[in-house]
Amino acid sequence: MITTSGLTKVYRSRGREVTALDGVDLHVREGEVYGVIGQSGAGKSSLIRCVNLLERPTSGTVTVAGQDLTALAGRGPRAGKELRRARSRIGMVFQHFNLLSSRTVQDNVELPLEILGKSGKERSAKALELLDLVGLADKARSYPAQLSGGQKQRVGIARALAGDPKVLLSDEATSALDPETTRSILQLLRDLNRQLGLTVLLITHEMDVVKSICDSAALMERGRIVESGTVGELLATPGSELASALFPVGGEASADDRTVVDVTFHGEAATQPVISQLSRTYNIDISILGAAIDTVGGLQVGRMRIELPGRYEDNVVPIGFLREQGLQIDVLGQEPVLLKEGARS
Amino acid sequence: MQPLLEQACWDTLYMVGWSTLIAVAGGLPLGILLVLTDRGGLLQNVLANKVIGQIVNVARSMPFIILMVALMSFTRWVTGTTIGREAAIVPLAIGAIPFFARLVETAVREVDGGLVEAVQAMGGNTWTVVRKVLVPESLPSLIASTTTTIVALIGYSAMAGTVGAGGLGDIAIRYGFQRFESELMWITVAILAVVISVIQAAGDYAARSLHHRGGRSGPAPKLRLLKATTATSETV
Repeated sequence: MITTSGLTKVYRSRGREVTALDGVDLHVREGEVYGVIGQSGAGKSSLIRCVNLLERPTSGTVTVAGQDLTALAGRGPRAGKELRRARSRIGMVFQHFNLLSSRTVQDNVELPLEILGKSGKERSAKALELLDLVGLADKARSYPAQLSGGQKQRVGIARALAGDPKVLLSDEATSALDPETTRSILQLLRDLNRQLGLTVLLITHEMDVVKSICDSAALMERGRIVESGTVGELLATPGSELASALFPVGGEASADDRTVVDVTFHGEAATQPVISQLSRTYNIDISILGAAIDTVGGLQVGRMRIELPGRYEDNVVPIGFLREQGLQIDVLGQEPVLLKEGARS
Repeated sequence: MQPLLEQACWDTLYMVGWSTLIAVAGGLPLGILLVLTDRGGLLQNVLANKVIGQIVNVARSMPFIILMVALMSFTRWVTGTTIGREAAIVPLAIGAIPFFARLVETAVREVDGGLVEAVQAMGGNTWTVVRKVLVPESLPSLIASTTTTIVALIGYSAMAGTVGAGGLGDIAIRYGFQRFESELMWITVAILAVVISVIQAAGDYAARSLHHRGGRSGPAPKLRLLKATTATSETV
């Protein structure tokens, strides 16, 4: 649904060059919620702005719903008619809501329809329908200043949906909200994704956002995508930074000559009594440092951090046994063989 | 005395009214253009921005009395005369256009860039941004700027007497100052003070009623009142 290839954005100011995006290849499938996570300055904002060409990429292409937007852009800094038409089919929600304070809630939602040249009757019918969808039917006549942050973002979402878009871009939509409100807004985005078949590309710096609603995720660092894939793929990737951030287990080694191993269970393997088998087979004492079971991207995943006596060299055989059971094993302090490469989609 | 003042009142209102209309019609687009053509603006054009900016600066630095004389031939071309109320409107308006344009520029710059971005993301063009965002969002400030411009024009219009345009200021100068009829002078000053207060109050009211940025509901001022009374009761 959204594909970027070789997307590069270089900002030039006073002779200095800053590379915000450095060859980003992104592929968002139709109907999924795709999260791009990274710290501030990683290039997330530039990336999402390049998708509807609010920022002109320095090079590379952006395709949304089969349409090459970069080809529509033309040479000048101003957006031509075709690009503007294409933008009207992409909804966007913002961190700071960006509602017009001079208009009522209903008039804010009608704004995209005014731009599309819809008649007054059509506009108000559509606006009221959308406000009902986001649960704010009773606030149509209020002004944005009279709403709470969460309500404002609901209006922002209703407005983004006014043009019946297939794609919704979310620029840190929940970052200005408290945890409770964040959850309800994410739930709304998830519902819209399911009900309307909306493809959602969101950028965030909060791991919880990815954890609660994303089907796929990408990790950005210094203008590059370092890891990407479906949440399931990421969790199954040894050494995946995203996976361990999505699903952290704590616990430090109790002494120097110990081997600490992260065991991730998903699917079939979760039902095997592997730890007791390991203990009996090799006659070793295993201590559990930390463990958790969680739902990530709709998948039940268990993760356990265990400690084996002796250094890594002494434990090659038991670790091999665990791998044979179909478990994903990450040995702390040991470089996994397929670092990151395996996570690229 | 009374018909004299009455005529003067109407002359002032006539001159100020028309020149305000022209100043707003000319200054609004000019001020918006100053924002749009600026670096990072939607119609970025550094050269055009510099040129417009310079014209505005030169026009603003010109003392009004000089401007009036300098524009005489232009005034004759427009109105067919260089004396009277109509002739005074031309320099008043031209003097006020750059003044208002700068005020517009400041007001429009205050509009959050995120709103512009939001409208662009909806597929709006530059004209849409101006019509739906920049002007409506800065409307309270624009109203306040218009009030300031009207008050400044009333001040300028006193000098319009030098071209025989009449008006309250002219009465104050000719009768009050030059003929030592200080009573008349104080009366005109009082009338001007009332006119300006009324205009300022009306402008403030209009700007406030267009403001939808919260604080419209009751509790806040009430609370302040409550605090004030408790404070005084404490001191007593």
